[in-house]
Amino acid sequence: LNAPVDTPAAPRSVGAVTPSRMSFDAPLKLKSGASVARYELMYETYGTLNAAKSNAVLVPHALNASHHVAGYYADDPRNVGWWDNMIGPGKPLDTERFFVVGVNNLGGCFGSTGPSSTDPETGRPYGSRFPVVTVEDWVNAQARLADRLGIQRFAAVMGGSLGAMQALQWAISYPDRVGHALVIAAAPKLSAQNIAFNEVARQAITTDPDFHGGDYYAHGVVPRRGLRLARMIGHITYLSDDAMMEKFGRSLRAADIGYHFDIDFEVESYLRYQGDKFSTYFDANTYLLITRALDYFDPARDYGDDLAAALSRALAKFLVVSFTSDWRFSPARSREIVKALLDNRLDVSYAEIDAPHGHDAFLMDDPRYFELVRACFENVARAMA
Amino acid sequence: MTDADRIRLAGRADFEAIAAWVREDATVLDLGCGDGLLLRYLTQARRARGYGVEIVDERVIACVRNGVNVIQTDLERGLSDFDAASFDYVILSQTLQAVRHTEQILMDMLRVGREVIVTFPNFGHWRGRLQIAFGGHMPVFGSLPYQWYDTPNVHLFTIRDFDRFCADRGIGVLERVVLSDGEPVRFMPNLFGSLAVYRLQKRRLLGKL
Repeated sequence: LNAPVDTPAAPRSVGAVTPSRMSFDAPLKLKSGASVARYELMYETYGTLNAAKSNAVLVPHALNASHHVAGYYADDPRNVGWWDNMIGPGKPLDTERFFVVGVNNLGGCFGSTGPSSTDPETGRPYGSRFPVVTVEDWVNAQARLADRLGIQRFAAVMGGSLGAMQALQWAISYPDRVGHALVIAAAPKLSAQNIAFNEVARQAITTDPDFHGGDYYAHGVVPRRGLRLARMIGHITYLSDDAMMEKFGRSLRAADIGYHFDIDFEVESYLRYQGDKFSTYFDANTYLLITRALDYFDPARDYGDDLAAALSRALAKFLVVSFTSDWRFSPARSREIVKALLDNRLDVSYAEIDAPHGHDAFLMDDPRYFELVRACFENVARAMA
Repeated sequence: MTDADRIRLAGRADFEAIAAWVREDATVLDLGCGDGLLLRYLTQARRARGYGVEIVDERVIACVRNGVNVIQTDLERGLSDFDAASFDYVILSQTLQAVRHTEQILMDMLRVGREVIVTFPNFGHWRGRLQIAFGGHMPVFGSLPYQWYDTPNVHLFTIRDFDRFCADRGIGVLERVVLSDGEPVRFMPNLFGSLAVYRLQKRRLLGKL
């Protein structure tokens, strides 16, 4: 049996990274029937693509994140990639071995073409005219990026949450282009409760007087209040009750309660801070688009609501991971995916990590979780060789 | 060193008996699969398509490292995630004595597997009988190496107990091998055998054989 590989060098950062931009001139047909004539995608890569181009790993992002997955920017060293603890030299996804690609999805607000980009036809931001995009559309756009980077096949696609849904979709849309799919903290489709939370977030944005039907750019404003609320409600769903209690309890900002409606409790302060911060950098239309992509994600829908039938095309080896305290996408939702993979007799391993952090656990340091991902990538490397 | 060598080294003589029964290209569910050694062996020796079930984090990670499919779940919670007759074989090796809901798990295995293979240490082995009868202490020997205070075993039983259990529940015994030091025991197996390996099936299907 395989012993753990020799102790790798102490994990470290990939260091200063530089984002790149790729332009696509061929129209991208979307699932809705609409199409995007031309678009650009921001991406980052870490590590070196080997001569056989067999060591590429795609890491799609979830709701709030971007192509900046690991490392930092030389001119902004505090801007560290969102999965920097997972990816880098000596880390579970080891950039000494793998060529890692992070990409900002179509419709995003970190440089890829999205609602805040200028529509070449009008010379104004797309705003409300930007089409609704789906997980399938993102995956198709990512596949084109892979083509241009000369990557015929990804050794692995790894994602958490909405990123995991993209990994799953990759295995369905491009079965022969994915070696392994790491599907972490995922669900095969949103529940009514999940959609309900998204709808509250969207309503917060669209009912903000500064929303202007999505064309707020022309008015020189952003629906900040709506974005704040959207972020606050989202944030609550990312944390477990226990984690929140552990972190904040009923701690007060002041010595005693104030008998007012301003901040009394630490948790209120925290949520407001998160909301404020988010509303300064995230585009409201992108938030609408991404939550809608989540709502619409349902690969079984085209297969008579049979997830196993949807996955019958897949060829990848799967690692499915859930976290016990995740109530947003609970372990039971991951087990639905596992069941469908088992029904197809696909290679699948499933781990249920006993972690207290809720949905956010997929972004946290956890020795068992990291060791699991590391073990999986040892196999990915073996399959590559 | 081949995997077969390692199995002998690991003292898991029952693995070879199991592998001898598993048909080529069979689908296998191995409950309490540890680091996946048996499944790897069955994959190599029988081209089996296998999945393990394991609860302990470290073992799940070891399976993933070894390239063995593993589903992390608690056996005691049952096999409700698995459909009826969805595997050719469901295997439980040297674990039946360590589970709490013995009967329920065995019945669930018979539901999920077209055939079931179980192995267990024989509490009726003469060494154990002597130790209790004349030493006056709980048996400690080869297949039952634990002291009373550190044993993971919660249900200790003999080959005769298990035969009666199967007869009472309508479980068909398709085949049985009893081992001692890795060698088959034919004469008075409940006295001389330390490890029992059974191939089982629901009786209702047995009639068709």
